[in-house]
Amino acid sequence: MSVKSTAARRTTRGGAKRRGGEPELVQLLTPEGKRVEHSEYSIDLTPDELRGLYRDMVLTRRFDAEAITLQRQGELGLWASLLGQEAAQIGSGRATRPDDYVFPTYREHGVAWTRDVDPLNLLGMFRGVNHGGWDPNENNFHLYTIVIGSQTLHATGYAMGVAKDGADSAVIAYFGDGASSQGDVAEAFTFAAVYNAPVVFFCQNNQWAISEPTEKQSRVPIYQRSAGFGFPGVRVDGNDVLAVLAVTKAALERARTGQGPMLVEAFTYRMGAHTTTDDPTRYRADEEREQWELKDPILRLKTYLEAEGFADEEYYASIDKESDALAKRVRDGVRTMPNPDTMAIFENVYADGHALVDEERAQFAEYLASFADETEGH
Amino acid sequence: MTTLTMAKALNEALRQSLDTDPKVLLMGEDIGKLGGVFRITDGLQKDFGEERVIDTPLAESGIVGTAIGLALRGYRPVVEIQFDGFVFPAYDQIVTQLAKMHARALGKVKMPVTIRIPYAGGIGAVEHHSESPETLFAHIPGLKVVSPSNPQDAYWMLRQAIDCDDPVIFFEPKRRYWDKGEVDTEAIPGPLHKARVTRAGTDLTLAAYGPMVKVCMEAAAAAAKEGRSLEVVDLRSLSPMDFDTIQASVEKTRRLVIVHEAPVFLGTGAEIAARITERCFYHLEAPVLRVGGFHAPYPPARLEEEYLPGLDRVLDAVDRALAY
Ligand SMILES: Cc1ncc(C[n+]2csc(CCOP(=O)(O)OP(=O)(O)O)c2C)c(N)n1
Repeated sequence: MSVKSTAARRTTRGGAKRRGGEPELVQLLTPEGKRVEHSEYSIDLTPDELRGLYRDMVLTRRFDAEAITLQRQGELGLWASLLGQEAAQIGSGRATRPDDYVFPTYREHGVAWTRDVDPLNLLGMFRGVNHGGWDPNENNFHLYTIVIGSQTLHATGYAMGVAKDGADSAVIAYFGDGASSQGDVAEAFTFAAVYNAPVVFFCQNNQWAISEPTEKQSRVPIYQRSAGFGFPGVRVDGNDVLAVLAVTKAALERARTGQGPMLVEAFTYRMGAHTTTDDPTRYRADEEREQWELKDPILRLKTYLEAEGFADEEYYASIDKESDALAKRVRDGVRTMPNPDTMAIFENVYADGHALVDEERAQFAEYLASFADETEGH
Repeated sequence: MTTLTMAKALNEALRQSLDTDPKVLLMGEDIGKLGGVFRITDGLQKDFGEERVIDTPLAESGIVGTAIGLALRGYRPVVEIQFDGFVFPAYDQIVTQLAKMHARALGKVKMPVTIRIPYAGGIGAVEHHSESPETLFAHIPGLKVVSPSNPQDAYWMLRQAIDCDDPVIFFEPKRRYWDKGEVDTEAIPGPLHKARVTRAGTDLTLAAYGPMVKVCMEAAAAAAKEGRSLEVVDLRSLSPMDFDTIQASVEKTRRLVIVHEAPVFLGTGAEIAARITERCFYHLEAPVLRVGGFHAPYPPARLEEEYLPGLDRVLDAVDRALAY
């Protein structure tokens, strides 16, 4: 997979230009599935690599759909769907190297997939059996963060550490358009710029923060926000997996080579509800969704694959089969996921132990045991 | 007199306040078209407009900080924080600015800011959606902290909080939002900070507020079947706290158990236990006991049943107190 970019060496804001007031997107694959070139970002992938991206997106979408179903069936307490954001997540995730470090929010199921995090691990917190569910250092994929914007500072600090260590890894922090309003995000931008931290801020602008449109967060396009902090920003078509891959690779490369942070705004759309508890009919029109359906990231790549003769029916059948198997694995895995032991309440509160926790644990155990005595007594 | 859910009673209180006082403003994330994630502000933007029911950017420090500025300009902002765990980005503004402004300005400026926070657990939510941080606010001089337990109080306490010239942190027990009760919007309410005896008894006093009042009422009903007469005091306000009402009850029953969801350690119960021991030392037949959360993060949803004080844990404490 080779990505050539002049942006990797640029230090000024770049990439997207204004035309007729609306910022231009970096695009390499049109919504009709036509391959186009961009003056600053290019990419050259083998048919195998292209099929790989397609497979990633299809499996991720299937996983997401299965999770929604499981929520409806009461197996999960909540689910935050990524439907429509597959290209933004797979493109950016596939741009990372294993030694890079990823800081997600709570919707980055596709990015997790590219980091080889077991999809079942993602479901624990949505089922309510844990607050995280994986070892972040296993795949350099940090835990999901629910408090909006917090993780952008963690990512920046981690990147400062990477630079101090003289390593050439990069860090990527995911956040939403709504999150861009948080003080933490502004502070992350400040620290990243001041310390020239090797961090890429990857904003998935899916147009909505629950019921509030992006205009309720910012009066300038999000990618332009970085200019005031002193680092470049670029807007990429978030439904174009090739463009996202090319732009994120360039941004990570820039960070790796000591040129500091960069902001990537992936312009995309949340096709479903904010989470399974949300009701989008209260605040947005069906027509908007219908417009975005025409830009579907998966369909677009499929059209291209077909036009080029890179994939045939047999290939699609094999992906379907794989999707079914994944869905089944997820379904079975969730249904048999054990509830935590009651005493887990007291586990890992401290690394070093704590007398008060020990005392309360013992008291609670005694209290629970008193019920056992009662039943035995009868 | 009408029957309303607590959610609807709160909505009605906001509506009446907006209607009565043109200086009242609502601010918060998703409170407009969506009506808030719990629909407490449902329909208010439609009726009062975007100038008075303001969808804010996703920034809690910004919401409270600008509410302070609006208050300085003579407005009475009523702020919604979406969930308990998300008040912390605003905690700095609340503690270092909002709480102290009146004192620093020699009493010359008022801070009539109400901060509504849906709090506590029991709804099977994910992390940061079930916490009970009330003690962190009650500990701060300059803030008033209240929590209703039923629709009638929800209506009147919110109206009183909005009318109050001091900052009020208004904790709404989210798992009681859907509980129904009689609401009299005409009756003249009692003082905002007065506790209330919600069930009379002679053997022991249960003191609670917000979500735990219902649990204590159920515990008292269960205990009655075993011939025990428990008195229940709904504190209603944590700062200031009505110790006189608790004292009067304890002088009668001679035993006290305090129940809250928040961690017991250095919690509201500790303060009550200390004060009541001081005031009622010679009346007490047993040490004051506390039932509450552990010194551990609020657990994942599948464990909250075990974590939260329920009937059994309350009755266990009652047994222990009566055993002295
Ligand atoms: C500090 C904080 N405030 C409020 C919330 C509640 N909340 C959860 S997600 C969300 C909207 C986030 O929008 P955005 O950043 O655009 O990300 P998206 O969900 O669209 O991916 C809100 C308000 C929260 N999680 N954290």
